[in-house]
Amino acid sequence: MKFGILINEGPYQHQASDSAYQFVKAALEKGHEIFRVFFYHDGVQNATRLASPPQDDRNIIALWSALAKEHNLDLVVCVAAALRRGILDENEAKRGGKDAHNLADGFRISGLGQLIEAGIQSDRLVVFGD
Amino acid sequence: MLHTVNKSPFERNSLNTCLGLVKPGSAVLLIEDGVVGAIKGTAIEDQLIQAMQSCKLYVLGPDLAARGLAEDKLLDGIQVVDYGGFVDLVAEHTSVQSWL
Repeated sequence: MKFGILINEGPYQHQASDSAYQFVKAALEKGHEIFRVFFYHDGVQNATRLASPPQDDRNIIALWSALAKEHNLDLVVCVAAALRRGILDENEAKRGGKDAHNLADGFRISGLGQLIEAGIQSDRLVVFGD
Repeated sequence: MLHTVNKSPFERNSLNTCLGLVKPGSAVLLIEDGVVGAIKGTAIEDQLIQAMQSCKLYVLGPDLAARGLAEDKLLDGIQVVDYGGFVDLVAEHTSVQSWL
Protein backbone atom coordinates (compact mmCIF):
# COMPACT_ATOMS: atom_id res chain seq x y z
CA MET A 1 0.00 0.00 0.00
CA LYS A 2 1.10 3.59 -0.70
CA PHE A 3 1.33 5.98 2.23
CA GLY A 4 1.64 9.74 2.19
CA ILE A 5 2.93 11.41 5.36
CA LEU A 6 2.36 15.00 6.48
CA ILE A 7 4.44 16.49 9.32
CA ASN A 8 3.27 19.82 10.75
CA GLU A 9 5.51 20.16 13.79
CA GLY A 10 9.21 20.91 14.25
CA PRO A 11 11.69 18.52 15.85
CA TYR A 12 12.17 18.34 19.64
CA GLN A 13 8.85 20.10 20.29
CA HIS A 14 6.50 17.25 21.15
CA GLN A 15 6.81 14.01 19.25
CA ALA A 16 5.31 14.43 15.77
CA SER A 17 8.51 14.00 13.77
CA ASP A 18 9.66 11.06 15.93
CA SER A 19 6.28 9.34 15.59
CA ALA A 20 6.25 9.90 11.83
CA TYR A 21 9.79 8.54 11.54
CA GLN A 22 8.93 5.38 13.50
CA PHE A 23 5.74 4.97 11.46
CA VAL A 24 7.59 5.31 8.15
CA LYS A 25 10.25 2.83 9.28
CA ALA A 26 7.62 0.30 10.36
CA ALA A 27 5.67 0.76 7.09
CA LEU A 28 8.81 0.19 5.00
CA GLU A 29 9.67 -2.91 7.05
CA LYS A 30 6.22 -4.27 6.25
CA GLY A 31 6.82 -3.75 2.54
CA HIS A 32 4.61 -0.68 2.09
CA GLU A 33 5.61 2.19 -0.16
CA ILE A 34 6.09 5.74 1.16
CA PHE A 35 4.96 7.94 -1.70
CA ARG A 36 6.17 11.14 -0.07
CA VAL A 37 6.82 12.80 3.29
CA PHE A 38 5.68 16.41 3.21
CA PHE A 39 6.92 18.94 5.78
CA TYR A 40 4.59 21.88 6.36
CA HIS A 41 4.22 24.73 8.88
CA ASP A 42 6.86 24.37 11.65
CA GLY A 43 7.53 20.89 10.27
CA VAL A 44 9.97 22.50 7.83
CA GLN A 45 12.39 22.89 10.78
CA ASN A 46 13.02 19.16 10.41
CA ALA A 47 15.07 19.97 7.32
CA THR A 48 17.89 22.18 8.67
CA ARG A 49 21.26 20.51 8.41
CA LEU A 50 22.66 22.99 10.97
CA ALA A 51 20.76 21.30 13.80
CA SER A 52 23.31 20.23 16.41
CA PRO A 53 21.60 18.34 19.24
CA PRO A 54 23.68 17.03 22.19
CA GLN A 55 25.64 13.87 21.38
CA ASP A 56 23.52 11.69 23.66
CA ASP A 57 20.29 12.79 21.97
CA ARG A 58 18.88 11.60 18.68
CA ASN A 59 19.51 13.82 15.67
CA ILE A 60 16.06 13.79 14.07
CA ILE A 61 17.22 15.64 10.97
CA ALA A 62 20.10 13.22 10.37
CA LEU A 63 17.75 10.28 10.97
CA TRP A 64 15.44 11.51 8.21
CA SER A 65 18.37 12.12 5.85
CA ALA A 66 19.72 8.62 6.46
CA LEU A 67 16.32 6.98 6.02
CA ALA A 68 15.77 8.94 2.80
CA LYS A 69 19.10 7.78 1.47
CA GLU A 70 18.52 4.16 2.42
CA HIS A 71 15.02 3.91 0.97
CA ASN A 72 15.13 6.64 -1.66
CA LEU A 73 12.36 8.59 0.10
CA ASP A 74 10.91 11.80 -1.30
CA LEU A 75 11.17 14.34 1.54
CA VAL A 76 9.51 17.57 0.44
CA VAL A 77 9.58 20.86 2.32
CA CYS A 78 6.91 23.51 1.64
CA VAL A 79 8.65 26.46 0.03
CA ALA A 80 6.58 29.28 1.58
CA ALA A 81 6.77 27.78 5.08
CA ALA A 82 10.50 27.13 4.66
CA LEU A 83 11.51 30.61 3.40
CA ARG A 84 9.60 32.25 6.26
CA ARG A 85 11.57 30.19 8.76
CA GLY A 86 14.97 30.51 7.13
CA ILE A 87 15.16 27.04 5.61
CA LEU A 88 16.88 27.54 2.26
CA ASP A 89 18.48 25.40 -0.40
CA GLU A 90 21.29 26.73 -2.56
CA ASN A 91 18.90 27.95 -5.20
CA GLU A 92 16.62 29.86 -2.82
CA ALA A 93 19.60 31.36 -0.99
CA LYS A 94 20.96 32.70 -4.26
CA ARG A 95 17.56 34.01 -5.30
CA GLY A 96 17.06 35.79 -1.96
CA GLY A 97 20.60 37.14 -1.83
CA LYS A 98 21.44 35.19 1.35
CA ASP A 99 24.99 34.24 2.33
CA ALA A 100 24.17 30.66 3.35
CA HIS A 101 21.84 27.74 2.80
CA ASN A 102 20.92 24.98 5.19
CA LEU A 103 18.69 22.34 3.60
CA ALA A 104 19.73 18.90 4.83
CA ASP A 105 20.64 16.01 2.53
CA GLY A 106 17.70 14.06 1.17
CA PHE A 107 15.22 16.96 1.41
CA ARG A 108 13.98 19.11 -1.45
CA ILE A 109 12.02 22.35 -1.44
CA SER A 110 8.82 22.50 -3.46
CA GLY A 111 5.25 23.74 -3.39
CA LEU A 112 1.99 22.77 -1.75
CA GLY A 113 0.93 21.01 -4.95
CA GLN A 114 3.24 18.20 -3.85
CA LEU A 115 1.06 17.66 -0.76
CA ILE A 116 -2.10 17.59 -2.87
CA GLU A 117 -0.47 15.10 -5.22
CA ALA A 118 0.57 12.93 -2.26
CA GLY A 119 -3.05 12.99 -1.07
CA ILE A 120 -4.28 11.90 -4.49
CA GLN A 121 -1.61 9.29 -5.27
CA SER A 122 -1.39 7.67 -1.82
CA ASP A 123 -3.87 5.10 -0.51
CA ARG A 124 -3.62 6.74 2.92
CA LEU A 125 -2.46 10.14 4.10
CA VAL A 126 -1.32 10.13 7.73
CA VAL A 127 -0.89 13.45 9.52
CA PHE A 128 1.50 14.03 12.41
CA GLY A 129 1.50 17.32 14.24
CA ASP A 130 1.05 19.25 17.45
CA MET B 1 -12.11 5.24 9.91
CA LEU B 2 -9.07 5.25 12.16
CA HIS B 3 -8.81 8.16 14.58
CA THR B 4 -5.50 9.00 16.23
CA VAL B 5 -5.36 11.15 19.36
CA ASN B 6 -1.96 12.44 20.44
CA LYS B 7 -2.69 14.61 23.47
CA SER B 8 -3.66 13.69 27.02
CA PRO B 9 -7.39 14.15 27.70
CA PHE B 10 -6.33 16.09 30.80
CA GLU B 11 -4.46 18.63 28.70
CA ARG B 12 -6.77 19.10 25.73
CA ASN B 13 -10.28 18.00 24.84
CA SER B 14 -9.39 16.29 21.54
CA LEU B 15 -10.10 12.75 22.85
CA ASN B 16 -13.40 13.96 24.28
CA THR B 17 -14.36 15.52 20.92
CA CYS B 18 -13.19 12.46 19.02
CA LEU B 19 -15.24 10.07 21.18
CA GLY B 20 -18.26 12.30 20.71
CA LEU B 21 -18.06 12.09 16.92
CA VAL B 22 -16.66 8.63 16.30
CA LYS B 23 -18.93 6.33 14.29
CA PRO B 24 -19.68 2.71 15.20
CA GLY B 25 -17.12 0.33 13.70
CA SER B 26 -14.35 2.91 13.76
CA ALA B 27 -11.12 2.60 15.71
CA VAL B 28 -9.37 5.06 18.00
CA LEU B 29 -5.61 4.83 18.53
CA LEU B 30 -4.01 6.74 21.40
CA ILE B 31 -0.44 7.83 20.67
CA GLU B 32 2.19 10.16 22.19
CA ASP B 33 0.76 11.94 25.29
CA GLY B 34 -2.64 10.55 24.29
CA VAL B 35 -1.67 7.20 25.86
CA VAL B 36 -2.38 8.71 29.29
CA GLY B 37 -6.07 8.47 28.42
CA ALA B 38 -5.88 4.66 28.38
CA ILE B 39 -5.21 4.36 32.12
CA LYS B 40 -7.77 2.73 34.38
CA GLY B 41 -9.75 4.76 36.89
CA THR B 42 -9.53 8.24 35.37
CA ALA B 43 -12.27 10.81 34.89
CA ILE B 44 -12.60 9.81 31.24
CA GLU B 45 -12.98 6.06 31.97
CA ASP B 46 -16.78 5.96 31.65
CA GLN B 47 -16.65 7.69 28.28
CA LEU B 48 -14.06 5.19 27.02
CA ILE B 49 -16.08 2.21 28.24
CA GLN B 50 -19.11 3.67 26.47
CA ALA B 51 -17.11 4.15 23.24
CA MET B 52 -15.86 0.56 23.37
CA GLN B 53 -19.46 -0.67 22.98
CA SER B 54 -19.28 0.26 19.30
CA CYS B 55 -15.62 1.06 18.54
CA LYS B 56 -12.24 -0.47 19.07
CA LEU B 57 -9.69 1.30 21.23
CA TYR B 58 -5.95 0.90 20.80
CA VAL B 59 -2.90 2.38 22.50
CA LEU B 60 0.67 2.61 21.19
CA GLY B 61 2.89 0.42 23.41
CA PRO B 62 6.23 2.21 22.83
CA ASP B 63 4.66 5.53 23.88
CA LEU B 64 3.27 3.90 27.06
CA ALA B 65 6.72 2.48 27.84
CA ALA B 66 8.39 5.84 27.17
CA ARG B 67 6.19 7.35 29.87
CA GLY B 68 6.73 4.55 32.38
CA LEU B 69 3.12 3.44 32.18
CA ALA B 70 2.71 -0.29 32.74
CA GLU B 71 0.26 -2.23 30.58
CA ASP B 72 -1.47 -3.66 33.70
CA LYS B 73 -2.68 -0.13 34.45
CA LEU B 74 -4.73 -0.01 31.26
CA LEU B 75 -8.47 0.01 31.08
CA ASP B 76 -9.80 -3.47 30.20
CA GLY B 77 -10.56 -3.89 26.51
CA ILE B 78 -7.93 -1.48 25.19
CA GLN B 79 -5.47 -3.26 22.92
CA VAL B 80 -1.77 -2.45 22.86
CA VAL B 81 -0.08 -2.20 19.45
CA ASP B 82 3.47 -1.41 18.35
CA TYR B 83 4.42 0.78 15.34
CA GLY B 84 3.86 -2.20 13.04
CA GLY B 85 0.36 -2.51 14.51
CA PHE B 86 -0.14 1.23 13.92
CA VAL B 87 0.74 0.68 10.25
CA ASP B 88 -1.67 -2.27 10.06
CA LEU B 89 -4.49 -0.18 11.56
CA VAL B 90 -3.91 2.55 8.97
CA ALA B 91 -3.95 -0.04 6.18
CA GLU B 92 -7.11 -1.73 7.51
CA HIS B 93 -9.17 1.46 7.65
CA THR B 94 -10.08 3.45 4.53
CA SER B 95 -9.06 6.79 6.04
CA VAL B 96 -7.21 8.27 8.98
CA GLN B 97 -8.26 11.27 11.05
CA SER B 98 -5.50 12.73 13.21
CA TRP B 99 -6.93 14.77 16.07
CA LEU B 100 -4.27 17.44 16.54
